[in-house]
Amino acid sequence: MPSTATNESAQKLTALQLFGAFLLIGATSFGGGVIAHLRSSIVVNRRWTDEETFIELLTISQTLPGLKAVNLAMLLGDRLRGTLGAVVAIAGISLPGALLMYVVGVMYQVERERPYVKAALEGVAPAAVGLILATTVQLGRSSFARIDDFIFVALTVICINRLHVSVPHTLLGIGVLAVVWYAGVRRRSGRTE
Amino acid sequence: MGDAMDLARVFGYLSMITLGGGIAVYPELSALVVDAHRWLTSAQLDYLYGVGQAAPGPNLVIVSIGALIAGFPGALIVLVAFIGPPALLTFAVGRLWTRLRGRAWVVTLQRALTPVSIGLLLAGCLTFAKGAMTGWMAFAIAGVAFVVVLRTRINPAVMVLAGAVAGILAFVLA
Repeated sequence: MPSTATNESAQKLTALQLFGAFLLIGATSFGGGVIAHLRSSIVVNRRWTDEETFIELLTISQTLPGLKAVNLAMLLGDRLRGTLGAVVAIAGISLPGALLMYVVGVMYQVERERPYVKAALEGVAPAAVGLILATTVQLGRSSFARIDDFIFVALTVICINRLHVSVPHTLLGIGVLAVVWYAGVRRRSGRTE
Repeated sequence: MGDAMDLARVFGYLSMITLGGGIAVYPELSALVVDAHRWLTSAQLDYLYGVGQAAPGPNLVIVSIGALIAGFPGALIVLVAFIGPPALLTFAVGRLWTRLRGRAWVVTLQRALTPVSIGLLLAGCLTFAKGAMTGWMAFAIAGVAFVVVLRTRINPAVMVLAGAVAGILAFVLA
């Protein structure tokens, strides 16, 4: 069981260190699954924050508009180094992809589909699926203890993937239901204590 | 100049309706960029979106769109318009959240939204998987990546690279 204790050195991180870490993630997270890369780098390897904080910030990122990887990087940057940290985190995570996509846009006229690139991407996409799934399991494992947690996960997935309810509507519907439910749980456990 | 204002307005609007991952905004992106403004064709957008998905970091296909329409200034305007508004909102909510931490209703809200948030992550993964899981080879790659990432502390980039190599090998040997 890897320790989730926060690294002492996280207290005196420089903006440059933060920028470097996020730039590396921004440059190596090919094919999707940036959340997996963020968790692996910031929580597991560098131990700049713990799993609990990561999930807390991920939840904020996902319930607000915007690209969740950008939002999450920014919130991590803010927690670690304040406003400057937030700015360098956004810059680091976005810069490599933005530069690449700029070049792609400019070169679009001469760009042709290349069979080897296409074949490589056909291997990259399922690898990304595997690592997002693993990250989801890891995050769930560290925060869930009760059966009702899994029921709300399932309800959310069913709404979006089976019933094709839009994300804002799912968030509103299942979110409100969950708040009412857990408020009830809290009250009931409060009475028995 | 009119173009710059149009770009800022369109992508500022798109940024604020992006909920649950970049793919959520795709239909509206297509409606505005292809149908309403005729900046790109549908085939161009599909291609660029695919490249953006494979590129490292968050999918910034919008930068290519801006570059195609108005060169470097276009790319910059679109990037700022698309990243800025949600980033400011998230920043403000993040600060507020930190200040209110520990209050009973905030604890309940967080407790309630955590499983919904994990559900959103899983739902996004399943949506993405629909296009990615094209055969037994894809399931094998996903399975290996899943187990290795779950069991070890390996850099996920290594697994993605291994996936790329497997894809090329499959193509060469086929």
